[in-house]
Amino acid sequence: MSSKVKLIALSSAVSVVALSAAAQDPVSLTIVSWGGAYTASQQRAYHEPFMEANPHVTIINDDGSANALAGLRAQAQAGNVTWDLVDMLPSDAQLACDEGIVMPIDHDAMLAPAPDGTPASEDFLPGSLGECFIPQIVYSTVLTYRPDAFADDNQPSSIADLFDLENFPGRRALQDRPGTNLEWALYADGVDPDDIYDVLSTPEGVDRAFAKLDTIKDSIIFWTEGAQAPQLLADGEVVFTTGYNGRMFAAIEEEGQPFDIIWDGQIVEWDGWVVPADGPNVDVVMEYLYFATDTQRLADQAKYISYGPARASSAPLVGEHADLGIDMNQHMPTNPDNYFAPIVLDNDFWIDYGDELRERFANWMLQ
Amino acid sequence: MAMADATEQVGSETDSRGRLVTSDGTPLRRALERANRRRKFTAFLLVAPLLAFIVIFFAFPIAQMMWRSVDNPQIVNALPRTLDALQDWDGRTLPDESVYAALHADMVEDQERARRDQLIGPLGIRLNYELSAARSAISRTARSVSDFEAPYKDAFMDAHRLWGQLELWRVIQREGRPLTLSYYVAALDREYNEDGQIVRRDENRQIYVSLFIRTLVLSLAITGMTFLLGFPIAYFLSTLPMRYANLLMIAVLLPFWTSLLVRTSAWIVLLQQQGVINELLVNIGLISDGNRLNLMYNQTGTIIAMTHILLPFMVLPLYSVMKTIPPSYMRAAKSLGATPSTAFRRVYFPQTLPGIGAGGVLVFIISIGYYITPALVGGQSGRMISNEIARHIQQSLNWGLAAALGSLLLVGVLALYWLYNRLVGTDSLKFG
Amino acid sequence: MSMPAYYTTKDKVWYYAFRVICFSIFFFLLAPILIMIPLSFNAQPFFTFTREMLTLNPEGYSLRWYRDFLGSESWMRSIRNSFLIGIGATVLSTTLGTLAALGLSRSEMPAKGLIMGILISPMIVPLIISAAGMFFFFSSINIAQTYLGVILAHAALGTPFVVITVTATLVSFDQSLIRAAANLGASPTRTFFKITMPLILPGVISGALFAFITSFDEIVVVLFVAGVEQRTIPREMWSGIREDISPTILAVATILVILSIALLTVVELLRRRGERLRGLSPQ
Repeated sequence: MSSKVKLIALSSAVSVVALSAAAQDPVSLTIVSWGGAYTASQQRAYHEPFMEANPHVTIINDDGSANALAGLRAQAQAGNVTWDLVDMLPSDAQLACDEGIVMPIDHDAMLAPAPDGTPASEDFLPGSLGECFIPQIVYSTVLTYRPDAFADDNQPSSIADLFDLENFPGRRALQDRPGTNLEWALYADGVDPDDIYDVLSTPEGVDRAFAKLDTIKDSIIFWTEGAQAPQLLADGEVVFTTGYNGRMFAAIEEEGQPFDIIWDGQIVEWDGWVVPADGPNVDVVMEYLYFATDTQRLADQAKYISYGPARASSAPLVGEHADLGIDMNQHMPTNPDNYFAPIVLDNDFWIDYGDELRERFANWMLQ
Repeated sequence: MAMADATEQVGSETDSRGRLVTSDGTPLRRALERANRRRKFTAFLLVAPLLAFIVIFFAFPIAQMMWRSVDNPQIVNALPRTLDALQDWDGRTLPDESVYAALHADMVEDQERARRDQLIGPLGIRLNYELSAARSAISRTARSVSDFEAPYKDAFMDAHRLWGQLELWRVIQREGRPLTLSYYVAALDREYNEDGQIVRRDENRQIYVSLFIRTLVLSLAITGMTFLLGFPIAYFLSTLPMRYANLLMIAVLLPFWTSLLVRTSAWIVLLQQQGVINELLVNIGLISDGNRLNLMYNQTGTIIAMTHILLPFMVLPLYSVMKTIPPSYMRAAKSLGATPSTAFRRVYFPQTLPGIGAGGVLVFIISIGYYITPALVGGQSGRMISNEIARHIQQSLNWGLAAALGSLLLVGVLALYWLYNRLVGTDSLKFG
Repeated sequence: MSMPAYYTTKDKVWYYAFRVICFSIFFFLLAPILIMIPLSFNAQPFFTFTREMLTLNPEGYSLRWYRDFLGSESWMRSIRNSFLIGIGATVLSTTLGTLAALGLSRSEMPAKGLIMGILISPMIVPLIISAAGMFFFFSSINIAQTYLGVILAHAALGTPFVVITVTATLVSFDQSLIRAAANLGASPTRTFFKITMPLILPGVISGALFAFITSFDEIVVVLFVAGVEQRTIPREMWSGIREDISPTILAVATILVILSIALLTVVELLRRRGERLRGLSPQ
């Protein structure tokens, strides 16, 4: 009962904000995100309700997240920050935070508590909050393939099959960065998911991962932006691709593409917001953040794309897909049926070793 | 024209010393000089606005970007005391406590600055270009540095392993100056060894030289292809009567005028696995459904699409040269007993060389700086140097290295352009 | 051109073979562009001819990709942007470029070679380098991600074409006409508007067209300098190709091809008119 009262109090607080805002000057917020199905889900779950409640605000989507750190640095150097809010990965967010180009966040003061009053810092899933980072979702990178590319009695089912050119010939698409690829190379080479980062911390482990990648190098096409992966698979340019599970869900369920997801070895990670320091509309951004990261909004996003909400209190509210009526729970990376052999991306590892490995990976790609 | 106008002012008088003067008594030579200066000034005044515009919004930004390839303020700004203390360091053993104390003082001072003005972030990024993992050493240390107590040497070595290694100190000492060559060193696949000499990098880290070579080879292949395809049709067009030639010229001009993105998407449509060419080959049974050709996301795709895009740049100069070769030369050669092939080889072909030179250099210059088509259809093996420059600007964020690679490319292109100018002169540049 | 009567069999074989080769090359030039036109009417989201299309079944064809294009806010915005930026850049580069060409074509112009070199450098320097330079510089003076920034950048890229085209027109311009006008008492301004301008106008217009098409077709600088609000048609196509390649791209492409045909015609007509006006025979 009490939680309901608070919900009502909260929603009336929102509408008070809305009323007082109605008299304000028009504001346009530039929100940088990943484009495609992901931006579309944010548009429907966050942007549209926020704009409805705040008619003076218009939100412009910029799908520049793939190059967000470069953009933030250039804008900070120039002293001309045009982005209001940026969607990025936690490791990049930490870098930006260390450089002082994004704002530190006081989570309990700036974000809504859970409907039962649990403060934000306890409601968000353990380990997900960062100094400057507010998580929205937990997503996973999964291997996806075209069943029609292989015989019915010879379908791939594991990460090891990605590296098996003999039984599963054809080109494969991988992301053009070391994260996920090196983990999978070791996993396919027999390393236990729990030991992957220990092995990868040693020079021999890195050599082992690259050696495994070498075995399929001539069959790889690299993708950069999330939307390219399902596109390459749909065009038949590749038979396997790695990709974000939400994009693959959209391709399979919404567009009816003939793909199958392999949940084996899915790599789980957070994604969320950072606020550029000295942005043009910080006040409105803070209102937006309070609204867009509350329990209901995070649960709402799961109606449009199969990413798990980053708040514990949102999980019970996840229901059916808004247009298709499919139960979204079974498509979540965290569903037990899918979560049988996950690899949890270790951001500390990537902050420490990322530069070294990124450079080596870039060289490896070019050679 | 200057002379003609100047004479208007000239009367037929002479002054006392017999010099020609104008009607108001000014010596003619002076009047002419003044008029000439005024004319020069007017002419320059007409050019000045554009010149200023190009210098400010084009030449200066490029010069500024090239400056980044040697600009090196980060270490000097962030670690003044440390660099001072490091001056006499021999580079053979770890620096002594005084250096670590200076480093501590520098870092603590930085922590007191407003977050936006802190120099430690840029310092970490800069050091990382020379030594991977240096950034995490810096940022980890920075988080706890204000709690450090003497002896600082141990405190730093506890905070991160790199502080106990000679490499990091060598980098700080070597790069602790306002200008650097290190971006060019990296762009040429070289590195500094322990004694500070420039040596080749390990085999598996040599990439840019081979990428430059690949760019040159691909550009040569594309230039060669445009020549092979362009020469016959330019010749054919030049032998046709004007009205047929004009009609067929549309086939060259339409692609020339069509948007680059349109032409690139056209090739994507044709070359895809499910595209028109593969579909056609499967349907007429030349290949099986399972063995569709990989025509895209590799060098094949880059060469085919770029040959198509650049072919008009070869045909147009060739055609304009061939038009000026009188057909009577060939007839004369034949009537003097040359076989058609000899006449072509010895008489006609040499006269087309200026056109071949012009078209070839033009196509070559354009293709070595190409970005869009390789990025869209080139995949990994079809990448060129421009794509790598863009990657360093947008993704890896190593702007100094991007500037160094860009400067090398720019110098190459300008040298080629100079050659082009020597061969044919800028005046022959025409469009459409 | 008919075949001469004295041709031997070998000559004849060569004569036909050569024509076959040439027409295949013309086919290579035109086919990729023309093939998009029918495919843009595909009722299916594929890039190949469906059975219905090949049998000319009307059900195989549809305007859905055109509706998609016309109904999309981002495509419509990109059209507005392309024209706004293109026209802004054209006006700027044509004005500056024509003035400069008038100065450059005077024999008393000092340091002509050097200045010409600087003025046409935007045409020579690889686009990625220009774009990178502008990205840093425009960010530092706060005009990155603004219309002004993109217009200035495109104007810089377009001026060499105006300078070269107008200079070329002025080379064949009969300077005695100006002296004649001056002799008859016309002021320099009057001479410019009554004599010079009408005669070099075709050159100025085709220079302006080149400047416009340069801006209209430009993408590399847009990728670096423009923000999401300044996205042009090529920028939208770039995203489309990389992320969501549907036949909508082909509908856009078809419209652009028709636009280039129109431009090609205008340029050709101008060239002929220019040659007539200057008393050159149209060969």
